[in-house]
Amino acid sequence: MVKLTIDRNMVEVPPEMTILQAARQMGIIIPTLCYLEGKDPIGACRVCVVEVQGGRNLVSSCSTPVAEGMVVFTNSPRVRRARKLVVELLLSEHEGDCQICDRSEDCELKSLAYSLGIREPHYEGEKPERFLDVSSSALVRDSGKCIKCRRCVTVCNEIQHVGALFPQNRGYKTLIGPAFALGLEDVPCVQCGQCAAVCPVGAIIEKSHVDMVWAALEDKTKHVVVQTAPAIRAALGECFDYPPGTLVTGKMITALRLMGFDAVFDTNFAADLTIMEEGTELLLRLKKALVEKQPVALPQFSSCSPGWIKFTEYFYPEFLPNLSSCKSPQQMFGAIAKTFYAQKKGLRPEDIVVVSVMPCTAKKFESSRPEMNSSGVRDVDYVLTTRELGQMITAAGIHFTALEDGQTDSPLGLSSGAADIFANSGGVMEAAIRTAYEIVTGRELPLVNLHVEPLAGLKGIKEAALKLEQVLPAWSFLEGVELKVAVAHSLSNAAALLDLIKAGQAHYHFVEVMTCPGGCIGGGGQPRFTTDEVRRARINAIYKEDEGKAMRKSHDNPDVKKLYAEFLTDGPCGHQSHKLLHTHYVDRGDKI
Amino acid sequence: MKQISQGLSKDQPVGSCCCGEFSEPEMLKRLDEIIDTYKSADGALIPILQTAQNLFGYLPKNILRRIGERLRIPYSQVAGVVSFYSFFSTNPRGKNLVRVCLGTACYVRGGKEVLSTMQKTLGINVGETTADKMFSLEVGRCFGACGLAPVVMINEDVHQRVKPAKIKELLSFYREAKSQTQEAAAC
Repeated sequence: MVKLTIDRNMVEVPPEMTILQAARQMGIIIPTLCYLEGKDPIGACRVCVVEVQGGRNLVSSCSTPVAEGMVVFTNSPRVRRARKLVVELLLSEHEGDCQICDRSEDCELKSLAYSLGIREPHYEGEKPERFLDVSSSALVRDSGKCIKCRRCVTVCNEIQHVGALFPQNRGYKTLIGPAFALGLEDVPCVQCGQCAAVCPVGAIIEKSHVDMVWAALEDKTKHVVVQTAPAIRAALGECFDYPPGTLVTGKMITALRLMGFDAVFDTNFAADLTIMEEGTELLLRLKKALVEKQPVALPQFSSCSPGWIKFTEYFYPEFLPNLSSCKSPQQMFGAIAKTFYAQKKGLRPEDIVVVSVMPCTAKKFESSRPEMNSSGVRDVDYVLTTRELGQMITAAGIHFTALEDGQTDSPLGLSSGAADIFANSGGVMEAAIRTAYEIVTGRELPLVNLHVEPLAGLKGIKEAALKLEQVLPAWSFLEGVELKVAVAHSLSNAAALLDLIKAGQAHYHFVEVMTCPGGCIGGGGQPRFTTDEVRRARINAIYKEDEGKAMRKSHDNPDVKKLYAEFLTDGPCGHQSHKLLHTHYVDRGDKI
Repeated sequence: MKQISQGLSKDQPVGSCCCGEFSEPEMLKRLDEIIDTYKSADGALIPILQTAQNLFGYLPKNILRRIGERLRIPYSQVAGVVSFYSFFSTNPRGKNLVRVCLGTACYVRGGKEVLSTMQKTLGINVGETTADKMFSLEVGRCFGACGLAPVVMINEDVHQRVKPAKIKELLSFYREAKSQTQEAAAC
């Protein structure tokens, strides 16, 4: 341990800590614009400078390790002056259209400039050439607002292993972005939006669908339905100053109804449907391998997360046959809404507008994939992020915190607890195991609270094994089989897992991958700023939602049963469901 | 403000060396040999880029993509390194490479006037190549010959105490010269 003094208080910390970490532990706030917890310091923004007694220059606290006997001042007049200067210089190159900026509410640069007392522009002059990249279907980049902090570069390269973004050129001409000012559409970007989630300013934001959704709601000829992803209910509250991890399911439903949606449904319904399809697909693959002794792609990979799908298409196309052919819950919902539900309501698919609320930016891309049009028109028309929904609720003049709880509509609104946990890393797998185990053995999964404990939490790669014994006669080929599963979240972990599988060093039957750290609760469209503490709070809320339901397993969902009885009459993975609920993938290996 | 929308940005057609010495398959074959020489070492990217540029005269984008793929480094990062160093060029260069030093000593002794005269005489800006492919113009940051400022390097030759008035004459020497050494220096 190392003893040092920070702002006249003695503290003892481990020697590998930086000044910033030690100060934070003491509750001292040092502002930062480039720091990312758990990652090597970037050291680009210089806002975190502090004064070390005896030192000639100020040092950046994020990258300076503590030392024995060090005396640090985090807020001396010299530090304050330097910080102010640093921010004034950042502002001199920043396109500050603050009133109309997407980050007006939560811009880190704006609030820092305010708290440092900067009230007039000090340095005005030339600004670098500004590029606006609107090429992709999910994200918009504005180089004029970029302060070159490089958080997005760190996330894109180190956490997501995608490498679409990197500093280009040097000095005044530095541009953060793809090679040679290419657009995101022209490079292997998976559109996960983790860059937009960590950007301190408005330089990377989601492509807004807000105006399109308002227009659809105004259009009296359209029947507009909305679905909300499982992860929204545990995060939307943060847009209205609830602490992270506050469940606002009922208020959210009421708010959507007040906004004018004709029916308020739930992506969770489609998550239950996904378990029926994806679970059946797995059992069919196992049957093919174990009974028919035919070559079949195993492990099966989950296919709910569109960033992960695009990642596989670019970087691991050899694994495309392993991806479940199931559409994601978002797309399954759209396909069912525009066929089954349309029939029930006596509407044509083109009269229905499906709006999704997702914690995700890649879902905007997914909904625009050309093959996602099972009814003849788009399965899903518009995708809002959690943040966009928050903005719309505010714009509608709805006093969110005062709302009564509402209930979803029938027939696409009812869902099980297994669907809720789709939001968490490990949740899709747990939901699948709850159902598959019961189908195969006829008994309920014999685990406390139905939770597969080793698959929960924030560990990057998680594994579990489950022995199948005393199976039902129809599944006799699975008697004694140890079902091996793995879960990875964030694409760097997914890549590590794929490399192990490729090298023959890991063997599984089923693998769940979610693109974003922590799963969908940590998605690129969630309220900012998502730290591990926030992730844990949202994860716990989701488990609470699951445990609070009487119906905990997807195959128990009566509305899903009804859908199979009335519409998808040849059952899971049957002809009709293949037409509506399954899809195919594209090899993008030549585009990297 | 420039707006980037879909499909605007495409790689230039597969390039060949400025003097047309290599076909594309030949280029890629030579490149793979260069990569194999360095790839096991840490920090292989920069020596590979330098060697490739010495061989091809510049760094076409298909070459950069190939380097990234083989080293498993994202294209964005390869491009980032290339665009960081003024030494690297992604545009075909002319037969003669003119580099005007704008290091501190050359700058204060009239390097800027030398550069602007050079631009006017050649009719190109920094980073460009004349239409007849005879000259490319670049800026240098100190060649270590500050006592001779202002300095201009043309290919491998260092020209000292360059006066703007003498530039026309200087360039015509290279325009007329057809010697082997200069071709080697340019390619």
